[in-house]
Amino acid sequence: MSQKNNILVIILALVVILLIGGVGQAFWGFFNDSNEDEITVYSGRSEDLIGPLFDKFTEETGVKVNARYGDTAELAATILEEGQNSPADIFFAQDAGALGALAVEGRLQTISEKYLEQVDSRLKSPEGYWLGTSGRARVVVYNTDKVEEEELPDNIWGFTEPEWEGRLGWAPSNGSFQAFVTALRVLEGEERAKEWLTKIKDNDPYEYHNNTSTVEGISRGEADVGFVNHYYLFRFIAEEGEDFPVRQIYTTGDAGSMINIAGIGILDVSRNDDRVKQFVEFMLTEEAQQHFVQENNEYPSIKELEVDNSLLKPLEEIDAPDLDLTNIEDLEGTLELLTEVGAL
Amino acid sequence: MEASFLNLSAKIEAVKEGQISWPFVAPPFILIPVIFIALAMSLPLFYLLIRVIGAEDVWSLILQQRTLQVLLNTLGLAGAVTATTIIIAVPLAWLTVRTDLPGRKLWSILTMVPLVVPTLVGGFAFVAAFGYGGIVHNFFVNTLKISYQPEIYGFFGAWAVLSLLTYPYVLLSVRGALQGMDPAQEEVARTLGKTLWQVFWQVTLPKLRPAIASGGLLVTLYTLSDFAAVSLLQFDSFTRVIFLQYRSAFDRTYSAVLALILVVVTIIIVSIEMLTRGKARYYSVNRGVKGRMKRVKLGKGKVPALIFCLLVVALALFIPVGVSAYWLIRGLLQGEPAMLRWEAAFNSFYASSIAAGVGIFVTLPVAILSVKYKSKLSSLLEKATYAGYALPGIVVALSLVFFASNYALPLYQTLPLLIFAYVILFLPQAMGTLRSSLLQISPNVEDAGLTMGFSRFKILWSVTIPLIKSGILTGAALIFLTTMKELPATMLLGPTGFRSLTTEIWNATTEAFYTRAAGPALLLVLVSLFSLGILFYQEDREI
Repeated sequence: MSQKNNILVIILALVVILLIGGVGQAFWGFFNDSNEDEITVYSGRSEDLIGPLFDKFTEETGVKVNARYGDTAELAATILEEGQNSPADIFFAQDAGALGALAVEGRLQTISEKYLEQVDSRLKSPEGYWLGTSGRARVVVYNTDKVEEEELPDNIWGFTEPEWEGRLGWAPSNGSFQAFVTALRVLEGEERAKEWLTKIKDNDPYEYHNNTSTVEGISRGEADVGFVNHYYLFRFIAEEGEDFPVRQIYTTGDAGSMINIAGIGILDVSRNDDRVKQFVEFMLTEEAQQHFVQENNEYPSIKELEVDNSLLKPLEEIDAPDLDLTNIEDLEGTLELLTEVGAL
Repeated sequence: MEASFLNLSAKIEAVKEGQISWPFVAPPFILIPVIFIALAMSLPLFYLLIRVIGAEDVWSLILQQRTLQVLLNTLGLAGAVTATTIIIAVPLAWLTVRTDLPGRKLWSILTMVPLVVPTLVGGFAFVAAFGYGGIVHNFFVNTLKISYQPEIYGFFGAWAVLSLLTYPYVLLSVRGALQGMDPAQEEVARTLGKTLWQVFWQVTLPKLRPAIASGGLLVTLYTLSDFAAVSLLQFDSFTRVIFLQYRSAFDRTYSAVLALILVVVTIIIVSIEMLTRGKARYYSVNRGVKGRMKRVKLGKGKVPALIFCLLVVALALFIPVGVSAYWLIRGLLQGEPAMLRWEAAFNSFYASSIAAGVGIFVTLPVAILSVKYKSKLSSLLEKATYAGYALPGIVVALSLVFFASNYALPLYQTLPLLIFAYVILFLPQAMGTLRSSLLQISPNVEDAGLTMGFSRFKILWSVTIPLIKSGILTGAALIFLTTMKELPATMLLGPTGFRSLTTEIWNATTEAFYTRAAGPALLLVLVSLFSLGILFYQEDREI
């Protein structure tokens, strides 16, 4: 009988050794935390998008980046749970809403004016709690087999017409769509926003999980038209080739072409020393900004930069709405509105 | 010696008859670990209570008609998925354990692996295959010239995807029970002239009841807590409401209220499952040595049996694997880099193996207590262990973020804490299989040990554990596979810079890097196949 248990004994012994090793290592690391040349970044941007830039930063400054990647909102919730024990120095968020939520809770320090002044005024917090590192525009994507570019209306209200019934796709549970709705509320008022949502809802849109699945659904021809961020299309074309049957347009002068940011804030618990400052400074250098433009097909956030990317429609040519991003912090109101019209 | 044994045995008998409803007759090597485990398992509950206390207008939130409507939707989905998985899994288990099905070993492993496919990948693949303009639709429209409108969204899609990805819970549980079952009774029934069908229906199936119920319970609770599949398939479920609160409103109070509702529902469901257990005996009284099993000859039934296995494996495994492979090849042809980080595969394998080992080690005392020292308190403890499993992973992860960063900072974001999280999340999975194999042991066998003067620890080690080995293997496999695909706890609680296959997949899919997502997805399936192969090779040899 006991011979039969041999495998169990071995497994048990291994588990115990590994656990003791792990706990030991954890305590060793905790009590010998004297490595001065490190900063910790909680990044809502995925490693594929931002990792290479962290490596470059380490290469140039010798400061190591401890990056924890995750969903932007989940990381914000994590920081709130950690309270004063948060190991994070910097929160790198996918959208302004999450940074705003942390600022409201008093969890962000103000950033030095030296850095803020480099950034386009629309892409930073007026109180200086966060700044945008890159911009992304909202666009309308369409299936080229089903819709001609000329048929598309030049503003979001055009899609409320009955001819679009059963042909639209949206992602009401997605953060960037909600930011767009908040912008719509700010720009046109609660009543108009509600009217738009109700009319679109009456057109019976497909309800997608996020930007990626919206573009994918439109490429299959399930829906003809959808509302997403501008750079997803470029990813699909890179993977599937030029004959990928989706293209995009910018609406004019309304929330449909708003510019949102990916950006950073410095946590209240961070020592905010030279290493943290170096990090903020690095993200605004021409090198980092060109990385966002060339590799991620995003817009730069600093004021003067030569953009040489044929995929990107230059910012000056987009008739983006005049919108202060701090005003789009009221996600709760957006959630209520989306629930009220039955979109959520 | 003789006297004290009789005394003890009488006590145990009294506990079994329900006369003593107090678990403290259990030996300390069972009782003490159980108390620690129950405390650990209750951490998420404490956390939710902390968040809810002091919240305003909680009742108006709870009583919103929408909240209740969505909860009912979700329960309906959970019921349908559970029934479907039982219909798929019981025949599969019987075919792969009890019959001479050709390629039995291969089928046993292939039919388990869908459990490791993350619902996000499974959901994406299902839509890409069956949706409008998907592979199947295009084939019908372009090749067969039949046009139709695929209706995959809503209840149907969520039901199909969740059923296909979760039936292995029931399968593994029932397989474990079939292997532990003494075939003598079935053979007796056969010699008494019962047909194969009658034997299965009247002898085998009733004895499988606890295994089916415990596997079904896992499916029900999984369906309640899943987010990715329902979101991709556009089904309005309760977890989606919880996620919206976290993701959009950063509101931890309302989401805690909703999560507590989920806990209450879970406790009701677990209680119902416990009621169905009844008082039946599942062991054969005279059993000491397991009889040699004769395999049922399928004869002409082989062809339909093979078609059935193939159909299930094709839908649940080949489609996600095929679609991932398609993404990989398509991207590579366009010159996209395929990123394969072996480190991620190793981390997933390593962390999941430890979680499986620790999980079995801590579940065993709880299972023994609930089977051998049944009482009101022990069944309450058992219910508490299910709470972590029915909660969405993000809720459990955040509760551990809160406790560890505030009260156990040196352990925060280390591997031991991550393993601890896995155990809290997945302990119930081993619970069911261990329970049902313990139920199959006749108490006479253990009592015999006592008469020989062995200590109770010695009996546990040399009598009980070898007899429930198949239950242990199955439980370990369940924890291993589910840990392999776990995402939220891995992201928030893992050591900084810890990459697993699931974080790699998440990393790529959120930004539409399909080519980069495909590599880790395929690797996940491959590593799991390989590990299960090793784990079950031995088992198959023994039969």
